[in-house]
Amino acid sequence: MSDQQTNMHPGLNLGYVGGGKHEESKVFGFWVFLMSDLVTFGLVFAIFGTMRNATAGGPGAHEVTELRSIAIQTGLLLLSSFAFSWASLAMKYEAGRWRFLIWFSVAATSGLGFLIFELLDFHHLIEIGAVPQRSGYLSAFWSLVGLHGLHVAGGLLWIGVLTLQILKFGLTDTIKSRITRLGLYWHFLDIVWIGIFSLVFLAGVA
Amino acid sequence: MIDLFGRLEWQELKLLEFFHDPSIDTAVASGAAWMTVVAAIAVIAWITWARRWAWLWNDWLTSVDHKKIGIMYMVIGFVMMARGVFEGVVMRAHQTTALDGGVLSNEHWAELFSTHGTVMIFFVAMPFITGFMNYLIPLQIGARDMAFPVLNQISLGLTATGAALTMISLVVGAFETGGWTAYPPFTGADFDPGPGPDYWVWAIALSGFGSMFSGLNFAVTIYKMRAPGMHFLRMPVFTWTALCTSILLVFALPPLTVACLMQALDRLAGFHFFTNDLGGNMMNYANLFWMFGHPEVYILVLPAYGIFSELTSMFAAKRLYGYTSLVIATMSISVISFCVWLHHFFTMGNSATINAAFGIATGIIAIPTGVKVYVWMATLWGGRIRFTAPMVYMTGFFILFVIGGLSGIILANPAINWQVHNTQFIVAHFHNVLLPGLIFGIFAGVHIWFPKAFGFRLDERAGKITAWLWIVGFCFTFLPLYFLGLMGYPRRSAAFDNPEFLPYMIVCMLGALMLMAAFAGLFVTLWVSIRKRDELAVPLGDPWDGRTLEWATSAPPPPWNFAMIPHIGERDAFAREKADGRPYVTPEYYEDVHLPPNTSAGLIAMVATTAFGFAMTWWIWWLAVASVLGFILWYVVHSFREHPEVTIPAVEVERHHAAWVEAATLNEGVTRDDETNSRNRGRAATDMVVAS
Ligand code: HEM
Ligand SMILES: [Cu+2]
Repeated sequence: MSDQQTNMHPGLNLGYVGGGKHEESKVFGFWVFLMSDLVTFGLVFAIFGTMRNATAGGPGAHEVTELRSIAIQTGLLLLSSFAFSWASLAMKYEAGRWRFLIWFSVAATSGLGFLIFELLDFHHLIEIGAVPQRSGYLSAFWSLVGLHGLHVAGGLLWIGVLTLQILKFGLTDTIKSRITRLGLYWHFLDIVWIGIFSLVFLAGVA
Repeated sequence: MIDLFGRLEWQELKLLEFFHDPSIDTAVASGAAWMTVVAAIAVIAWITWARRWAWLWNDWLTSVDHKKIGIMYMVIGFVMMARGVFEGVVMRAHQTTALDGGVLSNEHWAELFSTHGTVMIFFVAMPFITGFMNYLIPLQIGARDMAFPVLNQISLGLTATGAALTMISLVVGAFETGGWTAYPPFTGADFDPGPGPDYWVWAIALSGFGSMFSGLNFAVTIYKMRAPGMHFLRMPVFTWTALCTSILLVFALPPLTVACLMQALDRLAGFHFFTNDLGGNMMNYANLFWMFGHPEVYILVLPAYGIFSELTSMFAAKRLYGYTSLVIATMSISVISFCVWLHHFFTMGNSATINAAFGIATGIIAIPTGVKVYVWMATLWGGRIRFTAPMVYMTGFFILFVIGGLSGIILANPAINWQVHNTQFIVAHFHNVLLPGLIFGIFAGVHIWFPKAFGFRLDERAGKITAWLWIVGFCFTFLPLYFLGLMGYPRRSAAFDNPEFLPYMIVCMLGALMLMAAFAGLFVTLWVSIRKRDELAVPLGDPWDGRTLEWATSAPPPPWNFAMIPHIGERDAFAREKADGRPYVTPEYYEDVHLPPNTSAGLIAMVATTAFGFAMTWWIWWLAVASVLGFILWYVVHSFREHPEVTIPAVEVERHHAAWVEAATLNEGVTRDDETNSRNRGRAATDMVVAS
């Protein structure tokens, strides 16, 4: 039956999936979730856009942007995504779970590094009085950057839990499906960061 | 003991308010609180007395069956509607005394319209449409369950959280006073530091996540789980409207969530998104809220359109006229609904050009809606119409909804809008589309699908009387408000000083009493029908000569819905089978059916999020942290466990299916003349014109 033939590319195949192909629905559902999350980020971006001049005499883009640290963060996050791609490839070509876990932990450590640098930046902002209570601009700035940071933190927790599950169960089909979804999430956060990097930081000081 | 209860203190208990300071105002407030508490205790006592806890737990609360989840949504909707209708009547009663004063305090009046609006939109209308989509989507597309049954239950839990928080606000503290839209800065910490806006924020944000996940779930279910052969243009119309609503849910809920959370940050952490000072901008709130709010009205009304479409073709015994135009109209509405939000604040400082653009877009969206009205008329045209209770609702809908739609087109013109903005004209308009459009559709749908869910029909006579009460009561309550609005009476005002308004107020009050009777009529209908359930039984499952797949199952359907996943050859598959004289086929072989096991995920989500919302409202920080961490921890542990599916052996499936098919074949079937009497057992002698 041509009706039951499916191409396995998530998101495009809208035909019938019955029986054992439920994992594909999960990946597709996760795409839908990411679309919704993207709308959320888009709205916070838009609010930030309307508030970029609402500094109320307080610190502005030049004061809050530390390009060196931002460059390091960007590098770390890109590295993390890159490592995750290698992990995905290791999974796809069944290179063994240790090979997978090595790339996975590179992804996790650089993600963690990103978060640490971000927290240091936030700490610095508090020191110079650039707290979100100071102005509409800073409220929007903290919320947008913080929302992304929270997503990264959630992703790290997810990576940690999955690592334990891989150690316990090995790379079973269920776990592979979870890794696929985590991968989508992780790369998605990268793309959002590119937006933050260019619209919040670069455009801010340009 | 310092911060154990945050800012919660004994005086916040509404139950005692009357005794501290007796007046009509506090009597209403304390009375409502007592009613809530007593009703809760009565329900618990009854369950205990009837020894129903195990049944409630195993068969309902932990069930992941989409049919049961759908029914639970409907129960939430009806319970909350009791409150909403009650508040409406109290408000109308207050208005009759409001010439130069009024029995209720201004604060209390404001709280009433705010809770009424919030409850009606978020905890009546939303659960109703979500309930219908839950019940019908898998049955109509030939699937055994949702794509994500557990997530489905969690969505239900989150909706229940929102409803629970608004109920708790009746007993502890107070709700907000800024209307269902809760515009800051009025609801900001500077003007209202109390718990009210916090209740609103958390009830809406948390249930909003639930709605978003419902939309995701329905969309994936429809995309991925249609039975083989059911192409998009073979889907039942209700499923089409459900798909569009789901897409809207996925895209329109984020603005609401963002608005709520920013408002929460403003209130709790001193941010400046919407404040008056330090760069805050409340217009951002207005935009975010209505970017959700306008699509929301289509989220609510599209499934009702779906019900009306199924209904016309069912009770006219004809194929739906203009299926494709209806689908295109539905899709267009979904898209355009994102381009009109600004018409909710034409008066709030936009340039004339922007107002004109949004005014035109708003006018345009009326076109696909008009198309639908013609589609329904053409479907009824020349049909053999049976005037059942759903058709009574349909009639009311047809006439009244068109009036509401036309007043909407009037409002789309910014110049006119400036005149009537914020008057009772608006109140008349939105009740005019919400009651006849959405609520009538839901009640008509309940009449149609109740027999499917419970195995017996609802009593026709009681149902028709109730339907007429709704229609007449609606006209009395809301149509006078158009004139009041044109006379210049603003909405949301606690008192008025123009004696000319008074007669209108009294008419509205009488109408509201009729609506209360109509609401009671629903329960009378249910009660009468339960008493006569043997006479009304339709176990064979097809009482109305239905056309779509859900009628090709027994009533109620088995937990696995279909013994074999059907293969679909054309639109209205079941109608074709019946017309060809070969319905109720026995499959060549049966297979084991695998279903997801029961889980308490939804309940855990509900308890954790209710605790979280309550804690954030009352600044009980330890509880907030504990509930979030607890939920995350539970989820992580949960993800380590295997969840073996429940297997229904093939013999069991066969036994059920064979018994049903045999009973259906033995029954000679009932013609449409006997549809509403006790000869109707749910086997239809078909009367359909398939080809027309
Ligand atoms: C059943 C009888 C009902 C009565 C007697 C009633 C009565 C009222 C009254 C008196 C108001 C306040 C008008 C004002 O601002 O001056 C109101 C507001 C409102 N009603 Fe109803 N209503 C009923 C049903 C419904 C239903 C079914 C819905 C929605 C599904 C609904 C949604 C609303 C909303 C959204 C508001 C606006 C609240 C605000 O101003 O923020 N009502 N209603
Ligand atoms: Cu609108």
